[in-house]
Amino acid sequence: MNAATAVEFDTELLELNARHRLDRVTLPLRGDEDVVGLRKQVRERAVAIGLSLVDQTKLVTAASELGRNTIKYGGGGACHLDKLADGFRNGIGLLFVDNGPGIPDLDLALRDGYTTGGGLGLGLSGSKRLVDEFDIDTRVGEGTAVAVVKWKR
Amino acid sequence: MERIPILRMGDLLLVTIQVDMHDRLAMTLQDDLTERIVSDSAKGVLIDISALDLVDSFIGRMISNTAAMARVLDAQTVVVGMQPAVAITLVELGLTLHGVKTALNVEKGMALLGKNLNR
Repeated sequence: MNAATAVEFDTELLELNARHRLDRVTLPLRGDEDVVGLRKQVRERAVAIGLSLVDQTKLVTAASELGRNTIKYGGGGACHLDKLADGFRNGIGLLFVDNGPGIPDLDLALRDGYTTGGGLGLGLSGSKRLVDEFDIDTRVGEGTAVAVVKWKR
Repeated sequence: MERIPILRMGDLLLVTIQVDMHDRLAMTLQDDLTERIVSDSAKGVLIDISALDLVDSFIGRMISNTAAMARVLDAQTVVVGMQPAVAITLVELGLTLHGVKTALNVEKGMALLGKNLNR
């Protein structure tokens, strides 16, 4: 298992996902090319559960933003791709984990246009708008976990 | 090194992005286009993104920056062929490609460049 999974994250959403998980694939995120691979894998799974084209695109775009964050700010890590079913609907869950420096001020990091990396500051805030569920667990000096879910409508 | 080809047609440069770009490839394209505008004395740049099924904030920024760099080098940029799902996602993400001219397809993009360049 990747070292990035060592930190135990326990937000409400992450627990919820564990109960509804049918299947999990883990992809390492170390460099630019891994984000391209991640996008492809997320797209394939989104198509498989029948997400609409717009929802596929939103999920893949969120994956691209969050995967880049994991590499750029978290120093690399992994993404767990989960197939979810809660009894009523199917969905895709993505859990990004890293052992990076963590986010000292989460409210600030979630604000549109705020960036420490010279980007547009839309990665975190923008991704939140593209998915149905969004949760972050971050610990300074330990790492960050970001969980998102897109449900089939 | 992996590169996206840039074609020249008169004083226009044409780029069709047909691969899922990783960040370095996007940066290379931005640099290559800027250099070619100068070396080819290009007046217009047409970027066809109809094959792209995703434009995230990094690619969006590359497109905006390329258009801005072209502008200060006296060239106009038109982005053509954006898929509807990509447009919806891009705006929801918070990117509006401010200052970038767009057209629905290559033909309309060429017509727009031609009109703006007075021919």
